Amino acid sequence: MSVLVYTESEQGAFKKAAFEVASYAKAVANQLGTTVTAVAINVNDVSALGNYGVDKVLNISNSQLDNFNANAYASAIKQAAENESAQVVVVSSTADSKYLAPILAVGLNAGYASNVVEAPSNTSPFTVKRTAFTNKAFETTQINTNVKVIGVSNNAFGLVEQSGSASAEDFSPSIPELGVTVESVDKATDKVSIADAEIVVSAGRGLKGPENWGMIEELADVLGAATACSKPVSDLGWRPHGEHVGQTGKPVASNLYIAIGISGAIQHLAGINASKVKVVINTDPEAPFFKAADYGVVGDAFQVVPELIEKLKAFKAQQ
Amino acid sequence: MKILVCISHVPDTTSKINFSDNNTKFDTNGVQFVINPNDEFGLTRAMWFKEKQGASVTVVNVGGAETEPTLRKALAIGADEAIRVNTPATDGFSVAKQLANVISNGGYDLIIAGRESIDYNGGMVPGMVAALTNANFVNNCIGLEVDGNSAKATREIDGGKETVSTSLPLVIGGQKGLVEESDLRIPNMRGIMMARKKPLNVVEPVDASAETSSVSFEKPAPKGAVTLVSPDNIDELVSLLHNEAKVI
Repeated sequence: MSVLVYTESEQGAFKKAAFEVASYAKAVANQLGTTVTAVAINVNDVSALGNYGVDKVLNISNSQLDNFNANAYASAIKQAAENESAQVVVVSSTADSKYLAPILAVGLNAGYASNVVEAPSNTSPFTVKRTAFTNKAFETTQINTNVKVIGVSNNAFGLVEQSGSASAEDFSPSIPELGVTVESVDKATDKVSIADAEIVVSAGRGLKGPENWGMIEELADVLGAATACSKPVSDLGWRPHGEHVGQTGKPVASNLYIAIGISGAIQHLAGINASKVKVVINTDPEAPFFKAADYGVVGDAFQVVPELIEKLKAFKAQQ
Repeated sequence: MKILVCISHVPDTTSKINFSDNNTKFDTNGVQFVINPNDEFGLTRAMWFKEKQGASVTVVNVGGAETEPTLRKALAIGADEAIRVNTPATDGFSVAKQLANVISNGGYDLIIAGRESIDYNGGMVPGMVAALTNANFVNNCIGLEVDGNSAKATREIDGGKETVSTSLPLVIGGQKGLVEESDLRIPNMRGIMMARKKPLNVVEPVDASAETSSVSFEKPAPKGAVTLVSPDNIDELVSLLHNEAKVI
């Protein structure tokens, strides 16, 4: 009967999203008067989950699961859900969790609500609030099935620390045929990804050319931020597609989003709307982004950004 | 190769989103509908397979008659035939069940869907279709090559990309990168004329219950006014971000 949560990891350590979904699962478990069981796959030390309300961890160690495989992971989580007779299964909104969740939902014959931003407003009928129309609106959705799968939006619920400890149990699910085999992974290990970033520094056509991105990267470095760009910039080939944020690119839900030389087309604003604090730097005071931002500087990026880097360095040195 | 491209009929990306009937329905008044952008990248890749490797391309939508202009546009771009499953698209799971039925009747090798629709953003139809039809599945697909029965795909992962090998039958959740923005095709007059004569088959739905239902909608609270900082006083910006916004 417990709430089951899939706590995602990378290289044997939990991702931040794992603690957020554990916090969410704890809130649901409190509403239902039950406990939280986590599934962890190839994680070295699962004890940290106790700090986020997890009571029990089903610990899977299996070298076949070293590379992410949606079928195999979904199957393992499904077996854990059945083992626990879980009625609610919580996953995150990382690329991998969004990949496996629909397969898991079919396996459990469960209704699936993605991009959920709040704890359920009601558990009977089971009702959650999620984003829709690429952050231009919220939708209240009712899940009608006995078993429910909930995908929690990144950085929406936050971390809720608890004083508790989690017991760990080994769990050995059967692994289905993989179907899809990873040949190679190309991932910049020294850079923060947009999905994981607390701060995103994004730039647009106002930068005039790809050769001017040095200061954007430097600003991102100072802040420990990920870099992103607007659609025109990615279409022009100034920056890789993976950096394009907006309605047809990646969504951003960071704590701080700094937009430099981006006018703020409706599609761009939709994609970054879930970010908590937005700063815009633009020469044009009429740029639509100023209406969506919390803080704005009307000024030339080539003057403001180097100045901001300098001031931030001084600020960081004081900290 | 038989390719099925799943087409979602969605409001244009520039649409203002409003709701009617006491915030329970999306207000389609004055809204222009288009092929879901993620699906259009997939459709364009399907056309590439058709032209370079030889393939038939069928497009499918689950929805009412109002979605037919969107299917006609896909035919004008070059798809060979269209199928409309005659039932409203109530939730992702029920749409996936309808599509799975079309796939089992049609025997498709490659099913291309967008990673998500830009209206409800459920992001579940491709994965559910794959699970329901026991096909292989690659999500967030930004590159796809097919050689005989085997396929090589690139998928976007958080912070990078991954190359995978798999085999047909295959479902992909596609997005920009499958083709470039500049490869997208605007239907020409000849294509539009030909599309009128291409088959658009309306099929009746199978019994598939919706597992989730939409209760109501709301728009985000309006944003307060922006706090402007002079470009000569960047210290103030740093101070505001630290002391007021508490984000650095």
